[in-house]
Amino acid sequence: MPRIVLLVGTRKGCFLLESDEHRRDWSVRGPFCDGWPIYHAVHDPDSGTIYAAAASEWHGAGVWRSGDLGESWELSSEGLAYAEGSLKLSKISGLTAAHGRVLAGAEAAGVFESRDGGRTWSLLTTLDGQPGRTDWNDPANQPPGHLGLPAVLPHPDDPSRFWAVVQGFGIFETTDDGTSWTPRNRGLRADWPVEDPEVGYCVHKLVMSPVDRERLYQQNHCGMHRSDDGGRSWVEVTEGLPTDFGFAAAAHPHDRDGFYVIPLDPGHGRCMPAGRAAVWRTRDAGATWERLDRGLPQRDAHLSVLREGLAIDALDVPGLYFGTSTGQVFASADEGESWSEIAGYLPGISSVEVAVLA
Amino acid sequence: MAELHLPPTLPPLFRELPRRIELDAATVEEAIERLDERWPGLRDRLCEPGPLLRPHINVFVDRERAALDTALAAGSRVDVIAAISGG
Repeated sequence: MPRIVLLVGTRKGCFLLESDEHRRDWSVRGPFCDGWPIYHAVHDPDSGTIYAAAASEWHGAGVWRSGDLGESWELSSEGLAYAEGSLKLSKISGLTAAHGRVLAGAEAAGVFESRDGGRTWSLLTTLDGQPGRTDWNDPANQPPGHLGLPAVLPHPDDPSRFWAVVQGFGIFETTDDGTSWTPRNRGLRADWPVEDPEVGYCVHKLVMSPVDRERLYQQNHCGMHRSDDGGRSWVEVTEGLPTDFGFAAAAHPHDRDGFYVIPLDPGHGRCMPAGRAAVWRTRDAGATWERLDRGLPQRDAHLSVLREGLAIDALDVPGLYFGTSTGQVFASADEGESWSEIAGYLPGISSVEVAVLA
Repeated sequence: MAELHLPPTLPPLFRELPRRIELDAATVEEAIERLDERWPGLRDRLCEPGPLLRPHINVFVDRERAALDTALAAGSRVDVIAAISGG
């Protein structure tokens, strides 16, 4: 019987929630990583290792790793630094484990890689020469909580091809392992002046359909968008949703037209509208949307979910999971039709990922 | 021998690192180097490229604010303190 493990990154450490394939009863372990703020925790299905991106206000940035599902942890920042006098590394914002290595997105914006299971790291790219590159590390352009380069989306078949998201500037694709890049923001919308139409877009979450390598979705600061050509062009699919803003998104594991988002009010509050919690789903690639709220609080629920806060497993009937910035974790074992709260008092949650273990 | 007092946030990160340790060093930087030799990676927890002390790490030598190049004398007391903040 498979074990379902949720990796929950919080402001005060990493937690592991575990259940069986029924996904009804959950146990909670943690906090791990000595209570360091965790921005993103991921599981590498090939090695079985958990990696957790961390940044301590006192002791700097690093990546924790556990090879035994949380029983023991080690921290390394060896190689996680920019050359003296260049950029300054404040945090590791996002992690991706694929093709035998781990890629770490950082602030200031750059991608580091580890090929020895997180023991040592080396700088892979800072996207030099790309439009916007001279501006995006300028502190004057960085809002509080700036994440720099928060996400790397790997291509499942081609180790040299991946997409990097630069906060406030957009998506860049490489097909030669970071040597050269192409902006992939055509068709996106920005509600502010954009000097160079190639960049200046605020991509919050980028996902790929596991069953169609050309089908990408994104939750943008300005709307939800779909690409049918591997990110070369985008079409907006916001109509039918309560707001055009949100952070989190997830692609259905078996249906290329299935996509989930959590719309939020776009103002300072950035919570689910009207204090009523809901996840929204499309099953027709964004042509129509349906509200999924059975079991979620529908009164005085001012919940927010950050960009890595929504995950979906790949069981035959997929389970969905989201964690809030106020420490609740909600789970659905039926593709989002019904929900239950499986943890209520964790620290503020930055990320939720799910691993299905044989 | 200087006497170092380390913040409580450090020992959980390094096996058998004590809160208080005596060692021979001519400067604060050298004292941190001695620690890093025995507990690899410890320097990165206190210093950033430069090298400089991290912004929220404060060092006092004999109760006086110190920097990496502050000299240590035999019997110096070195307090490494993480900024009092957070919640």
